Amino acid sequence: MNDNPFSLWVYLSQSPLLWLTVTLVTYAATDAVSLKTRRHPLANPVLHSLWIIGLFLLLTNTSYTTYFAGAQFVHFLLGPATVALAVPLYENRTRVAAAVLPMLVALAVGSLTAIVSVVLLARAFGLPREIILSLAPKSVTAGVAMGVSESLHADPSLTAVSVILTGIMGAIIVTPLMNFAGITDFRGRGFAAGIAAHGIGTARAFQVDEVAGVFAGIAMSLNALVTSLLVPLAVTYLLR
Amino acid sequence: MIASLSLILLCQLVGEVAVRALAVPVPGPVVGLVLLLLLLLARDRYPALARGPLGNDGVESASRGMLANLSLLFIPAGVGVVQKLDLLAEHGIAILVILAVSVIVTLLATVATFVAVSSLFSREDETP
Repeated sequence: MNDNPFSLWVYLSQSPLLWLTVTLVTYAATDAVSLKTRRHPLANPVLHSLWIIGLFLLLTNTSYTTYFAGAQFVHFLLGPATVALAVPLYENRTRVAAAVLPMLVALAVGSLTAIVSVVLLARAFGLPREIILSLAPKSVTAGVAMGVSESLHADPSLTAVSVILTGIMGAIIVTPLMNFAGITDFRGRGFAAGIAAHGIGTARAFQVDEVAGVFAGIAMSLNALVTSLLVPLAVTYLLR
Repeated sequence: MIASLSLILLCQLVGEVAVRALAVPVPGPVVGLVLLLLLLLARDRYPALARGPLGNDGVESASRGMLANLSLLFIPAGVGVVQKLDLLAEHGIAILVILAVSVIVTLLATVATFVAVSSLFSREDETP
């Protein structure tokens, strides 16, 4: 053991081990709380992990770069997880085929609404162009959205933040909103959650209802395809 | 397990290479998704493909494991919010309001369209 505890901290805080462990432990704890509260919308594990880890970094004066050197191993899995969405899509192919028309129309309407609404609102609020471009792909899963943002020469890290914020807000609001609107078709509820709030919405949908989860997963993967094509087109038209 | 992960990574790798070679604005993992889907569909057609990761629920269980903890994967990117605190101090309220309104509008527009189109169809089915 080192006789100076500070130099131990200096060593650990620079190693990927500590930050990978912090990420996994915080998620395991917040997910356990979410389970304990029977998946209450406000006990969202992503929301609570973010402020706990963020606060920890600020208090220990750790840079995000240092944190990310450890957490990148988790972040890397976003790409493979996108590929993995092929499996629920394949397993539910008959159910998907049966609802293909409502899904395609809802996909077109939802995907356009997500992009156009955010761009028009951001313009109305007078936000700078770089921020508007970074917000535009906020309804698709982080890996895809950051890729779109990069190809637009926007700010991928701001895109990532807006993707996460969108996902958390969507996951919190979807159940009360759909109950309030009196929607009982769980295919439609899930599909909307996947379009508007990508993976975090999908994770939420699976907590509420199996069928909703499946349709959210489909919506999220279809939206990843459509949005990556639509955003460059939409911003060219809307931000001329 | 390793073979299944390899297949998933391979699909992503081919996707990334294809996207860059053809210079199309689609992210590599999305092309990887389509590739894996085509492989799974091809397996139904040609049973000879049902081996290795494509046999015995291999790639399926690896994918389910990954998707079960999808929320976790967003945390490293999300913590990036600490880098954007100055930007959020300046535009944070506007950004939060914009994202909240947009997500509500999108949820309602999507579900309304889905329900409307599917009820239109079931009504057509009932008419003789």
